[in-house]
Amino acid sequence: MRKATELFSLALITLSLTIGTVFAANQPQQKVLANGLKVIVKEDHRAPVVVSQVWYRAGSMDERNGTTGVAHVLEHMMFKGTKQVPSGNFSKQIAAAGGRENAFTNRDHTAYFQTLERSKLELALKLEADRMHNLVLSKAEFEKEIEVVRNERRWRTDDQPHGQVYEQFIATAFQSHPYNWPVIGWMNDLENMQTEDARAWYDTWYAPNNAVLVVAGDVQAETVFKLAQKYFGPLKAKKLPPRKPQEEPAQKGLKRVVVKAPAKLPYLLMGWKTPVVRDIDKDSEPFALEMLSGVLSANAAARLPTALVRESQIAVDADSGFDSVQRGPGLFVIDATPSEGKNVVELEAAIRAEVEKLKRDGISEEELNRVKAQVIAAQVYQRDSVFYQAMQIGEMETAGLNYSAIDKRIEKLKAVTVEQVRDAAKKYLIDDTLTVATLDPQPLDDKKPVAAPKGLHHGG
Amino acid sequence: MADNFQGAQEYKMQKYLKAVISKSPRPSGERGRERGQTQRSAWLLQAMFLAAVLSLLALPAQAGVKIQSWQAKSGAKVLFVENRDLPMLDVAVHVDAGSRRDSPERAGRADLVAGMLQLGAGGLNEEIIAKRLADVGAQMGPSFDRDRAGYSLRTLSSKREREQALDILAKVLQTPDFPDAVLQREKTRALAALREAETKPAAIADKAFYKALYGDHPYGLPSDGEIATVSKLTRDDLLRFYQNHYGASRAVVSIIGDVSRAEAEAIAEQMTARLPEHESCEELPKVEALDKPQEQRIAHPATQTHITIGAPGIARSDPDYFTLYVGNYILGGGGFDSRILNEIRQKRGLAYSAYSYFIPLQQPGPFQLGMQTKKQDADVALKVAQETLNKYIQEGPSAAELKQAKNNIILGFPLRIDNNRKLLEYLGVIGFYNLPLSYLDDFPRQIEKVTAQAIQAAFKRHVHPDKMVTVMVGAPEATP
Repeated sequence: MRKATELFSLALITLSLTIGTVFAANQPQQKVLANGLKVIVKEDHRAPVVVSQVWYRAGSMDERNGTTGVAHVLEHMMFKGTKQVPSGNFSKQIAAAGGRENAFTNRDHTAYFQTLERSKLELALKLEADRMHNLVLSKAEFEKEIEVVRNERRWRTDDQPHGQVYEQFIATAFQSHPYNWPVIGWMNDLENMQTEDARAWYDTWYAPNNAVLVVAGDVQAETVFKLAQKYFGPLKAKKLPPRKPQEEPAQKGLKRVVVKAPAKLPYLLMGWKTPVVRDIDKDSEPFALEMLSGVLSANAAARLPTALVRESQIAVDADSGFDSVQRGPGLFVIDATPSEGKNVVELEAAIRAEVEKLKRDGISEEELNRVKAQVIAAQVYQRDSVFYQAMQIGEMETAGLNYSAIDKRIEKLKAVTVEQVRDAAKKYLIDDTLTVATLDPQPLDDKKPVAAPKGLHHGG
Repeated sequence: MADNFQGAQEYKMQKYLKAVISKSPRPSGERGRERGQTQRSAWLLQAMFLAAVLSLLALPAQAGVKIQSWQAKSGAKVLFVENRDLPMLDVAVHVDAGSRRDSPERAGRADLVAGMLQLGAGGLNEEIIAKRLADVGAQMGPSFDRDRAGYSLRTLSSKREREQALDILAKVLQTPDFPDAVLQREKTRALAALREAETKPAAIADKAFYKALYGDHPYGLPSDGEIATVSKLTRDDLLRFYQNHYGASRAVVSIIGDVSRAEAEAIAEQMTARLPEHESCEELPKVEALDKPQEQRIAHPATQTHITIGAPGIARSDPDYFTLYVGNYILGGGGFDSRILNEIRQKRGLAYSAYSYFIPLQQPGPFQLGMQTKKQDADVALKVAQETLNKYIQEGPSAAELKQAKNNIILGFPLRIDNNRKLLEYLGVIGFYNLPLSYLDDFPRQIEKVTAQAIQAAFKRHVHPDKMVTVMVGAPEATP
């Protein structure tokens, strides 16, 4: 946590310096504007297409209790008009240029993107620079849009049993760290959110010195730097509030949570607290944990599907996940669905047995090499998507690592040993930092037909 | 982002820790995958849906994509794009073995056959198959929808990796073993998924919608089957289906990447030479138009009502295809450019997602309009959707709407073909639906030619709001 903040501060100190552009084939090139906006360009000339992404280092983890979800609400409001560009017109202009656009909010960041034919890049930069400092945020627009977001929450979480379990799982695992609350926010906070909350968020975090512009595709870096200077250059830097570490206190024992929801099959989520990458050059454990997750589930021959789905058939699905790059604390997750006739207690025991086996016997070179082969191939496959290349850069940068960490991470993953994987399992897959969440399925009432109100609808 | 065949890492980021949420669910026209489709089938539908726009390839600004096509000795049709930019290769093989080839007694069989191919083939068990692929970093998986079944493979193009990966795909397609023990397990898993689906509003709505649209036509069968039918399927059933529907003469091989024409020819032979001797496919019944409206309200404890409105729409070969593609962009396919999203979401905040689309299939696939809205708002939302549709059909699009739609589709064309994965999908669609290769050159003119009058006339021909199915799951109780 602290390291990430320091790295970021360092980037800010270089405000007035222009970092020399790195020149190497297919490597991203970078320039920092005087107002602190970092511009990173990844040239890729395979197709006449360009992706533009503006990343703000402000996500749900920067929110406060009582206004959870405001990062995402503001993201919606960013399409609702500036002094020059009326509500909806941003999307209209991009669409008219043949573009696709959207935005996403995460725990660590909020990002806005457009994909366009290469000659249209300037339009995207012009519009993004405008809404970085000119947003109107009218009360009338806010009141309609907050309804949309509440509907989004119903659709995404409230009516999705797995979504509800995941939300409770995370809220149980993290108690003081703001990863505690869902990105979409608690419903009660959405019900009580005001235009002013969105405005305060915008005023605090939307500034060139809290953003990274990533452009990838069939463009020349120098051209992009000039356009970025033209449109973003005049914007003023803001003094950003201090970011408190809010480190999660050490967990000292197993935590459990049960969620009841209408479903047929139970569901199990298990998560262990872990470190994540803070120093790409020195850290090794997060990469060992990534490979551990690979050995467990990266392919159909990996351990979880083999042991739980095919051999014992105690589960219909079993998977694992670990994200080593993020601003907040790490969590190594295993999730599984028991087969009919099996329950979550038996399933948890079976997963624990797999974990114990890992810790006791370690993994084979063969298993590790298989995952490494997948990592190496994925590196090639990812180059098929310009959008994904830009995503990787934005994620690394907003997590407080430099884009150069993308290649370094691959090297680190390739260097992981079987001993490191076993050691990481021994050290981190322990009960004291474990959180277990289960879905307790509730019967639905009969899906009986409901009588239609008389006289309403029935086609045209 | 919505790449169909993601690497494990990419997939996991979405599934787990990155709780990414977005302003709108998907770019326009891609909503099909939210409608209770399984992921692997959804991208195929999307491919069909988007295939129309392929042909803008011919725009002068494009670096041309040269599609080569020939018939393999086996009889399979091959489409190939040589692309040496990256050291990788994508291969897909599709056959006419989607769920429309199922019968009511054996619904779910076609899907199970497709899934089972990779779980034991050429004497290799599922674990060895998975290991051999992973050992060379290859990704392989089935795809399935109402028309097509198939497999896609992505591999590095270096010799060792490529040969090992292609050998596996060849075995999976041509010498599946259907091991009985694996079948029993997969049936158990499929049944669990079906029981789970019975609790999910989107899946309930989808099943009811297709049944109401298609009645006894096999498009009306749930593509993943029914509990009663899947539980009875035997190895013989699967084997027979495979023998009848996986013949080379109707197979389509799509290849893109770092290989030569000669190598592509060899790959096509390798993938199809040993496919079963194909028995002629029986003609399927015609899709009948609906003759009256029908509304189903199904109770569900969810907080939102899932609303689906529609009727059989058009076949892939319909001459109105381009006109309706442009027309639907304006109605409900063009995201924030569309009337549906504007009326339902922008003006009233009634839903996060609201859309319409055609899914053109070999025979008339659905025209579908849908949204999810708070239960208390469901009747209002339904009324707004119906009025929007009616008005659009009565009045047709405005000149400004038409211009905006054409601009987006034509100027945005390069985005649809900017990587190998997307092109592979399009090759499969062109091959399977017998779109002529000149189709691509013709397409920009076809889009340009579309007029407001033609859109209105085509909608009047194909979309009849007074004879539509409406399904509401989690419907509000009737108020006295």
